[in-house]
Amino acid sequence: MVHEFPPYRGHEKAHEPGGHGHHEDIGFGRKYIFSTDHKIIGIQYGFTALCFMLFGFFLMLLMRWQIAHPGSPVPVMGPLLAKVLGQPAANGVISPELYNSFGAMHGTIMVFLAIVPLAFAAFGNYVVPLMIGAPDMAFPRVNMASYQAYVLGGLVMLVSFFIPGGAAQAGWTSYSPLATSIPTEGQLFWIIGMVLLITSSLLGAVNFIATIIQLRAPGMTWMRLPFFVWAQFVTAFLLLLAFPPLEAAAVMQLMDNALHTSFFLPTGLAVGGQLAHISGGGSPLLWQHLFWFLGHPEVYVLILPGMGIVCEIIANNTRKPIWGYKSLVYSVLAIGFLSFIVWAHHMYLTGMGTKISAFFQATTMIISIPSVIILTCLFISLWGGSIRFNTPMLFALAFLPMFGIGGLTGLPLGFNASDVYLHDTYYVIAHFHYVVAPGTIFALFAGIYYWFPKMTGRKMNEFWGRVHFWGSLVFMNLVFMPMFAQGIKGMLRRMADGGANYSAARVPDAIGALPGTIMELHSWILWAAMALGIAQIPFILNLFWSMNHGEKVGDNPWHATTLEWQAPTPPPHGNFAEPPQIHRGPYEYSVPGHAADFTPQNEPDQPGTPALSPAH
Amino acid sequence: MSELKTAEPAHAPFAGEPGAHEHPVDFNSYLRRCVYVFVAVVCAVSLMLVASYLPHFGWPAKVAMILAIAATNAFVVAGFLMHLISEKKMIYTLLAFTVFFFTGLMGLTVWAMQDFPAGTTH
Amino acid sequence: MEIPYAVHPRPDTGIYNAKVGIWLFLASEVMLFGALFSAYVLLRVGAPAGEWPHGWLNVTLGTINTLVLATSAITTLMAWVACKTRQFGKFKFFHACTLLLALTFLCVKAYEYHDKWIHYEIHLTDGRIADGHLRASDADSVTIEGRYVTDETQLYDLRAQKDIKTGEIKIPRAQIKQMENYGPWHNTYLALYFTLTGLHALHILGGSIVIGYLWGPGRKLWKTDPEHFTNRVEVSGLFWHFVDLVWIFLFPVLYLT
Repeated sequence: MVHEFPPYRGHEKAHEPGGHGHHEDIGFGRKYIFSTDHKIIGIQYGFTALCFMLFGFFLMLLMRWQIAHPGSPVPVMGPLLAKVLGQPAANGVISPELYNSFGAMHGTIMVFLAIVPLAFAAFGNYVVPLMIGAPDMAFPRVNMASYQAYVLGGLVMLVSFFIPGGAAQAGWTSYSPLATSIPTEGQLFWIIGMVLLITSSLLGAVNFIATIIQLRAPGMTWMRLPFFVWAQFVTAFLLLLAFPPLEAAAVMQLMDNALHTSFFLPTGLAVGGQLAHISGGGSPLLWQHLFWFLGHPEVYVLILPGMGIVCEIIANNTRKPIWGYKSLVYSVLAIGFLSFIVWAHHMYLTGMGTKISAFFQATTMIISIPSVIILTCLFISLWGGSIRFNTPMLFALAFLPMFGIGGLTGLPLGFNASDVYLHDTYYVIAHFHYVVAPGTIFALFAGIYYWFPKMTGRKMNEFWGRVHFWGSLVFMNLVFMPMFAQGIKGMLRRMADGGANYSAARVPDAIGALPGTIMELHSWILWAAMALGIAQIPFILNLFWSMNHGEKVGDNPWHATTLEWQAPTPPPHGNFAEPPQIHRGPYEYSVPGHAADFTPQNEPDQPGTPALSPAH
Repeated sequence: MSELKTAEPAHAPFAGEPGAHEHPVDFNSYLRRCVYVFVAVVCAVSLMLVASYLPHFGWPAKVAMILAIAATNAFVVAGFLMHLISEKKMIYTLLAFTVFFFTGLMGLTVWAMQDFPAGTTH
Repeated sequence: MEIPYAVHPRPDTGIYNAKVGIWLFLASEVMLFGALFSAYVLLRVGAPAGEWPHGWLNVTLGTINTLVLATSAITTLMAWVACKTRQFGKFKFFHACTLLLALTFLCVKAYEYHDKWIHYEIHLTDGRIADGHLRASDADSVTIEGRYVTDETQLYDLRAQKDIKTGEIKIPRAQIKQMENYGPWHNTYLALYFTLTGLHALHILGGSIVIGYLWGPGRKLWKTDPEHFTNRVEVSGLFWHFVDLVWIFLFPVLYLT
């Protein structure tokens, strides 16, 4: 059975491996909706995740409006919000409860419904089996189940906006006792959605690890794997071992919400001025520990696939091997390992003692070392390269300083002493958005432009790609850079009025009142955010237009060495006609004495050519 | 040399047949092994019951004793019934990491809740 | 298109795919139950002295359940051995035993849950507390089989109290200030008990469904690819043994300490 997606006119159906001989059509449903083919599933994940990312972006725009113009009706969208959501958006004004639910859902959607599915599941599913020379993932039906669980979880999250009381309001972190005290069902929907999403991730993680261990083609040793595969391997382990404690905590919070247990509710809790009718004896800190036990590895889940993508694109567009492959591999393994024992740096203000704080501070500082090593290796890889500045490379290059800013600004947050001041301020928001937004998302854009020709046989338009790049780069920085200043000046997170209550205009005599300059930045950030949104329009149009009208290219338009480019375009069901034989490492570019400036991993050794880098 | 089988044989080699991938599996020796494990489990359960009713120990000591017996019981079940004793290195590596992270979760969380600044109430 | 190493092991790792998959899944389950156990440790250590229940669960029933699960672990392994030695009749027998033992476990558990469900703690208007199992209830009174205590702390450590006498107590509803049964909302010990054993029971149910499928409709695969079928039996057996392992820790932690 041969799958084609999208229908690629003029391309010969690839020879079907195994010689089963039957070519019956399995129907549209089995082929595109209930597919077990990793490439279809990857694309399903990709499109779904991009839709969620767009939705999360709109939520952010609504929030930024409220911050810049608290209490004003939202232009254009206001009447629609009032009609759809009713009382919380009465007269088109975003009420504080609605703002809180937008905030909670923006975070949840961006992290769990957009970035992780796109970076890990979409790119991973499509590319990893091809890169290791496998016919598919180890467990194709489990793969389909994991996508379906993801969609279900996303639907539950979306539906929660429309129930009475609206969506969850207690932040993406859902801290107890607030998460249990809010008298609406939104938190319940959030928990159920999370359980579904965690199930999806766990199934995916099992699949990825088993595939990478078991289905590498002959000759594909561990140290010949492209760095992207290593990054996905470590990411899968983080998901596998860090998500279950959050699942356990979610079950316990579900019990608190639905069955009135007191896992996280302390004795003597008062809600609305009245003693809560609960058994007490619970611990709010317990929720925080279990949440952040996942929460910290989660941020490495957000960044590692992006680093992998950037590495592939840099190697390809400098036409030379990556500098420090072994350092990259050991660093990513170290990051994976250390990420499990740094989590309480999110909890410095919970009253922990000096010894335990010092422990977490030490491990947090240590984990910055392998991150810097990875970034350094990527930077050094540029030295002496013949750099091709195509759109994927532009995004990959921009990733480096953007992630640098994001990472370095994390250091004052990792130190206990400085974090006491910066915790829960806009500085934190600026830090993590720099890492994820101009960081990971740029890497994901790079990946989309880079692998688009393998999926469709056409390149995306280069001019509009550059327009997308420059617009995104400039406006991302204009949105997030001012937030560092706002945070240092004391502006706190999650304030529905944008800090107006604490501004110098409202309380001129207060020490540390937010100055007018800081408050004015809100308008600039709003304009920059809208411009950032407009800058994405060329990308969206380019993506759809190029599928059928982009420049047609062959199987390996970027002249890349990794295995996915040696497969037909788009790869048929089963990927390779014969299992590829691997003869060399992943980045054999510009090898002296070779005719071409790249040598694919599966190209047979020619007698008489100079010895390549030693087989590992 | 790795092998990729694209066509499975009509039946896999039986235990004892030439070509079996692992050492042949003997039904009776497994049955015997199972009886030993069951006896071990019964002993462990009895010991735990006795330990929990011992009069002269405080709860911390009793809990430690009971957990130690449970851990031994678990080792016997995992080692023999799950074949963990003869498993491959990769599985051991995976489980070693899991145990480390599990210990971190338990230990660091308990430490965090027990270590608080001097002179504060909690 | 065949996925390689689905049935026969890959030479360098020595394992077939599903076995890697199930051990990975079991590692994640270790973290899941581990988090719940860590919650137990934290909440118990953090509880005020003398306010943690002891002896609230029936040790006899718990011991029976422990032996039931241990036996089912044995039958699960023997079912796999039967497959490996191509004795399908013995496979059917052993896994039928496994399923019956699982059913027994769940029935005992259901009885224990029911026992807690009908166990009430009733605070009376005159300050006394009545504690016992509900026998009858109507519009104006409630009848329990239990006892009176003056202070709630007397209800915690049942192990330390010898010869608790219970009798039939009829309480007019007018005298009842507050009435709550021993559900998960009653205190953190019960919350943990119900959550831990409930999640465990769900795993028993899930495992039974998988084993039941292999024993029933899934046995078709035996005819076409017995080695593949044997691997499925092995992999589901590993899950079953893990669920037994969790109980090996749950039983002492909840029933004996």
